[in-house]
Amino acid sequence: MECAASTDASVVLDSSLDLHPQVALRHEPFGALAYHYDTRKLVFLKHPDVVRVVRSLADHATVADALAACKIDKRRWPSFDKALTSLYESEMLHERSN
Amino acid sequence: MSAATNAPTLVEQLKGGLDAPICLTWELTYACNLECVHCLSSSGRRDPRELSTDEAKAVLDELHDLQVFYINIGGGEPMIRRDFFELVEYSINKGIGVKFSTNGAFIDADKARRLAAMDYLDIQISLDGTDAVTNDAVRGSGSYATAIQAMERLRDAGFGEFKISVVVTRHNVDQLDEFKALADSFGAQLRITRLRPSGRGADSWHDLHPTQPQQRQIYDWLLAHGDNVLTGDSFFHLNALGDEALPGLNMCGAGRVVCLIDPIGDVYACPFVIHDEFKAGSVRDTGGFSSIWKHSELFTELREPQSAGACASCGSYDACQGGCMAAKFFVGIPLDGPDPECVDGYGEAAMLSASSDDVTPPKPMMDHSRLARVPVKISAR
Ligand code: SF4
Ligand code: SF4
Repeated sequence: MECAASTDASVVLDSSLDLHPQVALRHEPFGALAYHYDTRKLVFLKHPDVVRVVRSLADHATVADALAACKIDKRRWPSFDKALTSLYESEMLHERSN
Repeated sequence: MSAATNAPTLVEQLKGGLDAPICLTWELTYACNLECVHCLSSSGRRDPRELSTDEAKAVLDELHDLQVFYINIGGGEPMIRRDFFELVEYSINKGIGVKFSTNGAFIDADKARRLAAMDYLDIQISLDGTDAVTNDAVRGSGSYATAIQAMERLRDAGFGEFKISVVVTRHNVDQLDEFKALADSFGAQLRITRLRPSGRGADSWHDLHPTQPQQRQIYDWLLAHGDNVLTGDSFFHLNALGDEALPGLNMCGAGRVVCLIDPIGDVYACPFVIHDEFKAGSVRDTGGFSSIWKHSELFTELREPQSAGACASCGSYDACQGGCMAAKFFVGIPLDGPDPECVDGYGEAAMLSASSDDVTPPKPMMDHSRLARVPVKISAR
């Protein structure tokens, strides 16, 4: 898992993202595993809160809305922004087209 | 980097085990047309107790319920099974991707086209030398030509990126650049793995395993090329050689993220430890595979913190973790002892003391070699 190179400005907070249709999430003691059937990439979501947010993306207009709905403390948003950006860059998340 | 900041490291978390394996190897048959001298499963003859098609499908149903994303199919030569395509298709249709290892002998033009038409399928062709002399000395006469022909057929059928899988030995370590060039010429991906004294490898290991200077050669080569080469994360004992860790997960995954289902349905902690001591149960037992993965005594034990034993005082333990359990076991070194290829040289001494006591290294428990060294018993069990 690479660190997102672009960390200054938020890349994803205002976009509407969703799990890529070819990605499966599996519960694990530390959070979850995400597997992308097309790229064969396996990614570790190392915190249950990240998993909660990822699972709720589909129900919210923007990533910021999802973070708010999951009651993630504002002070933690930058680290979530980073994690979700990296998931987006590895194509685990994609932009919703609707 | 994840959003979790002061959580335990990923490796620490993985050591406690996963809800389901991420690296599950399933050897479909002990039958093989070749008889490689380092075969980890001592394959050759089919075992009459091998899982039936229906039993194998029931296991796949279970893996689907456990959300296993993909499986590594091997053998023996898996394509020898008459239901090979049936099982692969069943698996893929269930959402379980398949990567299978083959010597290529059964990939004719038709099969290559059929394989190329499937999604979620990866193929790994085994090759242990970039010329016939080096390869065939280990894998048997004609096997180099067979493997190359299979690669040509896959390329001609438009399969796309397959993998070339190499077991690194004393005799092919100088060919790493050539292996890479060969893979590149096919648009294939190179995978190199570590030789272990498992199966028939117990007999050939002492002649084949890389020398100490060659260990450094592998380490340096991987640091230079590792990002484009797969390793199955099998060289982590080499991390003791320097400050820079090799790419990948540096830990023994046996029973934690890795396991093996053998052709008769027995479940072992990893493909390199086919021995009663590492057998956790059988998929034929009540509760099947999931109960073994979740509750077996052996796997529970392997997920507990392990003692560093003889390596505790070594400054490299964090990087090397004491190496590979299978490698130690089959040369008679205690599991909390150093790896036989310990880069600080402690393995040599540990092997000597293991053989100077009254202990003989444990023998592999299953031998399906065609040239059986003992008369074969015909009774059912
Ligand atoms: S002594 Fe143990 S931990 Fe240290 S390098 Fe050797 S095998 Fe690895
Ligand atoms: S025993 Fe060796 S081969 Fe098996 S998982 Fe552990 S390190 Fe890998």
